Amino acid sequence: MAINTDKNVYTVLFATGMVIVVGSILAYLASALKPRIQENERFEKQQNILYAMGVNENTDESAVNFVSTEEVEEVFSEYIKEQLVIKGDSVMENPEAYLIDMKKQLAIAKSGETPSLPVMVGEKDGKKFYIIPMYGKGLWDAIWGFIALDNNLVVQGVYFDHKGETPGLGANIKARYFMDDFAGESILDGTRYAGIEVAKGNNDPLNQDKEDNQVDALAGATITGNGVSAMISETVNLYKDYLQSISTQ
Amino acid sequence: MALLSKKDTNLILDPLADNNPITIQVLGICSALAITAELKASVVMALSVIFVLGAGNVVISLMRNIIPSKIRIIVQLIVVATLVIIVDQVLKAFAYELSKTLAVFVGLIITNCIIMGRFEAFALGNGPWRSFLDGIGNALGYGVILVIVGFFRELLGSGTLFGFKVLGDPIAKTGVYSIGYENNGFMIIPPAALIVVGIIIWVQRSRNRTLIEEH
Repeated sequence: MAINTDKNVYTVLFATGMVIVVGSILAYLASALKPRIQENERFEKQQNILYAMGVNENTDESAVNFVSTEEVEEVFSEYIKEQLVIKGDSVMENPEAYLIDMKKQLAIAKSGETPSLPVMVGEKDGKKFYIIPMYGKGLWDAIWGFIALDNNLVVQGVYFDHKGETPGLGANIKARYFMDDFAGESILDGTRYAGIEVAKGNNDPLNQDKEDNQVDALAGATITGNGVSAMISETVNLYKDYLQSISTQ
Repeated sequence: MALLSKKDTNLILDPLADNNPITIQVLGICSALAITAELKASVVMALSVIFVLGAGNVVISLMRNIIPSKIRIIVQLIVVATLVIIVDQVLKAFAYELSKTLAVFVGLIITNCIIMGRFEAFALGNGPWRSFLDGIGNALGYGVILVIVGFFRELLGSGTLFGFKVLGDPIAKTGVYSIGYENNGFMIIPPAALIVVGIIIWVQRSRNRTLIEEH
């Protein structure tokens, strides 16, 4: 039996039916998989935070190797001693501070209200790390990351990630050779909270000058690099009061 | 009976060479320029398109007699988008690492004109099995070019392949860098892909002159 597919009624019915079928499939799939996806995202956050403070399974100088997904929860509670939420002048403990969405808090800060800012305090080999989440925008989409500072406000490690930067260009902000450059840089320029600039012309590609608040940029990824600079300085400014309180300088 | 008749075999082999979607039909250029700066991304993109085009062609082919012709483009778009989202969600739940590598491609797969092109030109008029072969063949043809372009761009632009430093270390000046070789920074920006694709088209047409269009 041939159906007359040119009739308007048929077209409308077909479209309606298709929307219902496709909509149901996707809605069912999304709700069925949501718990698993959320758990994966939580593990990933823990891995990123641990990575920034130097707890990872890196074996050489090229690849990023996180603590494995199976162990991450245990390792996280072992190294992260305290989780704080800073709201205005008050500092409260909150064991789930690491789940706070920085994107929302930045929006709150922009609207003039007081954001709830998370800080994870880690301890490794007797040394304290203050790990702060960051959020900003690259060329195509969101970029985010974590920065680990010590009491002198010197960067101990960073982790960056992105949603849709160009592979081979902006996506390399999560490559070792870019992230490793940040370690040792101070976010202070004298007494100013300067952050760290991703600079194209700093004549220091090997990053031996740790006093310049600059790291070498990625070729072909100017806007992503600028996004990283902006993200760091915005975060540093947001946390300025807290950073002053932990600083020994 | 052979699994594939000669006609079926041609469905897979033609798009690899003389009817290549990128170099002959000039489709899918956008993603070929965007993501071929490194080989790994090229391979992942090629595999994703093989899956989406193979499955999409079958779905469209099964529906070919009931799709109203007035809204067929929209229906095709929905099928691609649904397939891509299903793959993305399933990977996020069961292969999270891989899904992060793929995230950037999701949008690019949906807008890839090879996919819409094959739905429109082949799947709407042929049975599921032949449509499947046609989809796989065209996606392979697309993938081959992607991998070739990705190979040259990563090798000449970054001196690496799949992230391994095959030419030595550019900063420590080992390997070929010790004799004064430098990475060509131009290769990692999109215009270089256009030139590499152009060279492939030139080589292909000079080897097989029947492919040269007459005007």
